[in-house]
Amino acid sequence: MAIDSQTVAHIARLARIKVTDEEKAALAGELSTILQWIEQLDEVDTAGVEPVASVVDAVLPWRADVVSDGGQAEKVLANAPDGVPGFFAVPKVVE
Amino acid sequence: MTMAANLTDLTLAEARDGLVARRFSAIELTDAHVAAVEAGRPLNAFITETPDAARAAAAESDRRIAAGEARPLEGLPLAIKDLFCTAGVPTTAGSHILDGFKPPYESTVTANLWQAGAVMLGKVNLDEFAMGSSNMTSYHGPVENPWRRRGDNRPLTPGGSSGGSAAAVAARMALGATGTDTGGSIRQPAAFCGIVGIKPTYGRCSRWGIVAFASSLDQAGPMARTVRDAAILLREMAGHDPKDSTSVALPVPDFEKTLDQGVKGLRIGIPKEYRIAGTPPEIEALWQQGIAWLKDAGAEPVEVSLPHARFALPTYYIIAPAEASSNLARYDGVRFGLRVPGQTLDEMYENTRAAGFGAEVRRRVLIGTYVLSAGYYDAYYLKAQRVRARIVEDFRNAFEKVDAILTPATPSAAFGLDDKQDDPIAMYLNDVFTVTANLAGLPGLSVPGGLSAEGLPLGLQVLGRAFDEETVLRVGRQIEKAAGFTAKPAMAGGAA
Repeated sequence: MAIDSQTVAHIARLARIKVTDEEKAALAGELSTILQWIEQLDEVDTAGVEPVASVVDAVLPWRADVVSDGGQAEKVLANAPDGVPGFFAVPKVVE
Repeated sequence: MTMAANLTDLTLAEARDGLVARRFSAIELTDAHVAAVEAGRPLNAFITETPDAARAAAAESDRRIAAGEARPLEGLPLAIKDLFCTAGVPTTAGSHILDGFKPPYESTVTANLWQAGAVMLGKVNLDEFAMGSSNMTSYHGPVENPWRRRGDNRPLTPGGSSGGSAAAVAARMALGATGTDTGGSIRQPAAFCGIVGIKPTYGRCSRWGIVAFASSLDQAGPMARTVRDAAILLREMAGHDPKDSTSVALPVPDFEKTLDQGVKGLRIGIPKEYRIAGTPPEIEALWQQGIAWLKDAGAEPVEVSLPHARFALPTYYIIAPAEASSNLARYDGVRFGLRVPGQTLDEMYENTRAAGFGAEVRRRVLIGTYVLSAGYYDAYYLKAQRVRARIVEDFRNAFEKVDAILTPATPSAAFGLDDKQDDPIAMYLNDVFTVTANLAGLPGLSVPGGLSAEGLPLGLQVLGRAFDEETVLRVGRQIEKAAGFTAKPAMAGGAA
């Protein structure tokens, strides 16, 4: 499947990555090439095959529903690029 | 030869034994490696050097050795791939977007290593978010392979993504290193740099605290100069971790103990689909040599079929980018790393991620977003997961007939850093022999087998049953013994 600049703009928006118009055209070509190469998978008969999400057969383990960690706000916030003490700060989202 | 050069030339096992026998101190061993790291700076293998912390850890090791309390890796200097979070030490994942990030916690695998007495020399370079096979996608610049083609001084790639790890170990800057492998990122650089690397079974090592790329494929493993050294390191890295629900609660064997049991009576699978048109004759010749070595040692080669192996790479290039696009959503400029301002929150996200991700990471996030997006999920993502089931089934069938599988590790020797690399698919083909093991979750080891006509190392790959690293290491050890690989890179121990 060939991807056009408009589709690139759409997925770049979904992925929250800014791309310029020039980049869109270049990316459309690159992504189309990769997708066309990927489409050789159509040759494989997968009728009735269950998709594999993980190779670990084990059922996810349960743990006790108790607080085992916490009270580390300072450590959690230590790497914030813009921090008001005690908070992550972002541009205004509500008027 | 000086004492320092002698110390960096030891294997990890020899250094361990020498420390306990008090032939040299942990401080002397660490100082020798710190000096080698400094002398090796032109290779660009390290992103962050931690010599002071290394010396402090070595002093503690000397105290423990004197008190007769040596732990399994006491005083052994290692390099850590900069994808493992290390408490208080910058962790970049080779990306601009993690600028300034200092994890407040330690990954389980590295915590296990420090618990066993190992000494960290620093954090080593990698392809950005481990996405690459050349180390050329690192924000911190490419690593140079310490090897050179005969009579040619042009720099070569160490492979990737664990290229800094491989270069540091090959150049005698560290006794061993951690790597991670999502499609071949331990085994391909190990082959390109003439060292040993093992990707254990998915679930053998905890992924907790390792910057996530593709969670159903990522697995940590050791890189070292001998199979024995890799076995020693793997035992300490592995183990169940309640913080990673995919880490498996199985006992970790003493891999070193069974290493020299030989291969007599083992059935070694030779997958016919791994004969790929265009593979250089010397790769095919090395493969045949490997088969002959194992046969001479009493193993029985058996042809096996992995009919879907040729679909492994395209399957990988749906699953890995899909998982990556989800994992990398966390880099939003809010909680850590880079922030590029914008008028609105969305604009801030978009500006940050445009500036913070390099071209290959951006390409993969976009591919991943596309194959997961409405209307394409079934055609691409579910299709890939179904083909993955076929690949898993192929191996299940093969391992009913054989105990291990032997293949080449890579389709070529290391290529030049100056070679033009503008075709992403050509770059992806580096992992053609390794990627199947990730999709099937199986252990895979790369071990040096010989040199190419140009004088560069070539590796053989051994694949095994899930959680049967013991057999994989045994077969690897047999190849190592037969190959007698003693060649050293042009740059080793800091000496050019």
